[in-house]
Amino acid sequence: MDKHIVSPNPHIHSAVSTESLMRDVVIALVPAIVVSVLFYGWAELLILAVSAVSCVLIEWAIVKFLLKRPGIFSPGAALVTGLLLAMNLPVSTPWWIVLIGAVFAIGVVKMSFGGLGQNVFNPAIAARVFLLVSFPQQMTNWTAPQGFVALPDAFSGATLLGQVHILGAEGADALASVQTFLYNIGGSAGEISALALLAGWVYLVVRKVIRPWITLSIFATVAIVAAIFHAVDPTAYTGPLFNLLSGGLILGACFMATDYVTSPMSNWGGVVFGFGIGFLVMMIRYFGSYPEGVSFAILLMNMTVPLIDRAFHGKKYGRA
Amino acid sequence: MAKITFQIGGVHPDDSKIARNRAIEVLPLPQTVYVSMAQHLGAPAKPVVAVGDHVKVGTVLAEPGGFISAFVHSPVSGTVKKIEPRKDIAGNNVPHIEIAVEGDEWEEGIDLSDTLVREIPTDRVAVLDKIKACGVVGLGGATFPTHVKLNPAPGSKAECLLLNGAECEPYLTSDFRIMLERSSEIVVGAAIMQMVLGGCPCKICIEENKPEAIKAMSEAVAELGYKDIEVVTLKKKYPQGGEKQLIAAVMKRQVGSGALPISVGAVVQNVATALAVYEAVQKNKPLITNTLTITGDCIPEEKQHNYLFRIGMPLSYIAEQAGGVPENAAKLISGGPMMGKAIANIDAATVKGSSSILYLSEAATKRGEESFCIRCGRCAQACPMGLEPFLLRRLYAAGDLEGLEKNAVQDCIECGCCLYSCPANIPLLDNIRMAKGQVMGVIRARAAAAKVAAEAAKAAESAAK
Repeated sequence: MDKHIVSPNPHIHSAVSTESLMRDVVIALVPAIVVSVLFYGWAELLILAVSAVSCVLIEWAIVKFLLKRPGIFSPGAALVTGLLLAMNLPVSTPWWIVLIGAVFAIGVVKMSFGGLGQNVFNPAIAARVFLLVSFPQQMTNWTAPQGFVALPDAFSGATLLGQVHILGAEGADALASVQTFLYNIGGSAGEISALALLAGWVYLVVRKVIRPWITLSIFATVAIVAAIFHAVDPTAYTGPLFNLLSGGLILGACFMATDYVTSPMSNWGGVVFGFGIGFLVMMIRYFGSYPEGVSFAILLMNMTVPLIDRAFHGKKYGRA
Repeated sequence: MAKITFQIGGVHPDDSKIARNRAIEVLPLPQTVYVSMAQHLGAPAKPVVAVGDHVKVGTVLAEPGGFISAFVHSPVSGTVKKIEPRKDIAGNNVPHIEIAVEGDEWEEGIDLSDTLVREIPTDRVAVLDKIKACGVVGLGGATFPTHVKLNPAPGSKAECLLLNGAECEPYLTSDFRIMLERSSEIVVGAAIMQMVLGGCPCKICIEENKPEAIKAMSEAVAELGYKDIEVVTLKKKYPQGGEKQLIAAVMKRQVGSGALPISVGAVVQNVATALAVYEAVQKNKPLITNTLTITGDCIPEEKQHNYLFRIGMPLSYIAEQAGGVPENAAKLISGGPMMGKAIANIDAATVKGSSSILYLSEAATKRGEESFCIRCGRCAQACPMGLEPFLLRRLYAAGDLEGLEKNAVQDCIECGCCLYSCPANIPLLDNIRMAKGQVMGVIRARAAAAKVAAEAAKAAESAAK
């Protein structure tokens, strides 16, 4: 008799584990990664490899040698951070800057707060901002090498958002098209294809890895804010479509803002969080000194998550 | 009929109803049975027989020990050998009456024929007395005395009788089998309860993964032609058979925190209870048998069984009849894999509410190593009470009883959805159960203190006059 387990219910467990969730996120990133490698070639592969490998190794080393708790090492989560960091960098980023970013993301932003599940800020985004502030020149160098497929049209070397200063709001608006939805060269490597990113996001939502509310709330807020400003003065403010398709918005809304650890728990909390991000993105784009504001918006809203979690709870059964 | 379900939370474990095609078999009698005095919710029953007494099948062994308690009858004929404490499935000592089986002689007046008695009696007090005298208790898991539940306090009115055939726990098939094999008797039982409750509509609630049962019950309902009884098909979702979830699914109403289903006009009874009511009222047969499934992931289908057992048969005896405890079983469970209890003592006797012996392999049941919460929120999405298990666990770790009460830990129904869904294997329910116990203690102490204060104030007032 004594060989049988006696423990409280439930006696079975779902097949979902932390590692299976992280595996799904990696799968969801595959389309965008494939597109970026196709267009940017070996240089992009190098950045992805340096970032992914160093993030996993740094986390492993800190868990083993500093925290001395090898049981809490989650290679899947570190890999996701590594891939997302690489996707948030321009393809021209030197490998040693990528390495510094990985050290900052895992070592400072994640592990110094206690590791998996404990960090306040999204590690990949915080590292990107850290690099942007530390290496402004390298981080805004949008020249790209030749990839494995030929670029379908002339390549300007400036991001869509960068075009606003060159072409004006109306000129920039004209650039938002079906083509920019499929592929949009210039900017961080992972931002090339809105279609590939959205495909990955749909996969995560269908697999119930993430809930759609944060992302939808960001998109809706950006669209509405842009529509209002654009209606007031189309020569000064770019329109909804341009703002949805340009910069890191889709990458940020689909994969960075939906990070479990640094986003609210409840559905309505997620809607508020997404609204905050969308609103800040538009304020930074319209009135800030940086052309792009997705990273800053997400980091700022990361700080509000504990407050949002206090204010918003799911609906309880039998209670008003 | 559109498929319906409850809205808040829930999970979808594989239903693993491997034993579904195994027809009910009657178990042979053992040499000895051990009848527990605590096989219902409430006060234990008080023995009314003495050592050496000869009893027949259906002889009263014990009478209710309080308002919420139930009669216990002899499941066999023979001689009372001992009345003494014996270990239950958890290993706790509970008074049992040990009877040496001699023959199979039934009390006079118990109708053992197969004839379906379809006329519904009209004297509700007499029917309630019969249900009480036959020791009928709820067989859906809680074993709450049925006569109490069918007799709502004055001022509350039953608007709907929900007959619970959801059987949402994976593996279990006993309710499914009785719905197939004893459909008409269940429907008559439902009609009797309907009459007792004043003629409210009755809905027989069955999950979509049991189409044969839905068909059989629908046919029985049509054939018998009672008023206001219908079969409702539910989507498959755990814990749909939970009283509060079933009410939400079918009646679109929610029972308030700490309130009883009758407060929203609902009375929920299991299909097995309806069968027991039929046998008690129409056949004069006390509750001494029930159906139990021998199942699990570590035995092949041909070794799985649905048995009609007599209460008091040791689990080990039933396990032997089915070929013994499988070698590769890591955990033995009485009940389903989500809410059942691990069997610490296989020699324990079956009780009125026994529903299974479930053998799970190590692969199926072993908990993974606990890691960090990644704030995925799956526990909160799974909770059918809309609670936030991640938060409750944190508050419990911090010893914040006030915060726990504010966040409704006392509403937890211990269904296990949180721990089932946690990707980090955090023992959420284990912690929440402890927290709930502490908070319930605080709530009870506060209620008691308020009562004492009110009485003191009343006494002071009357003394002043």
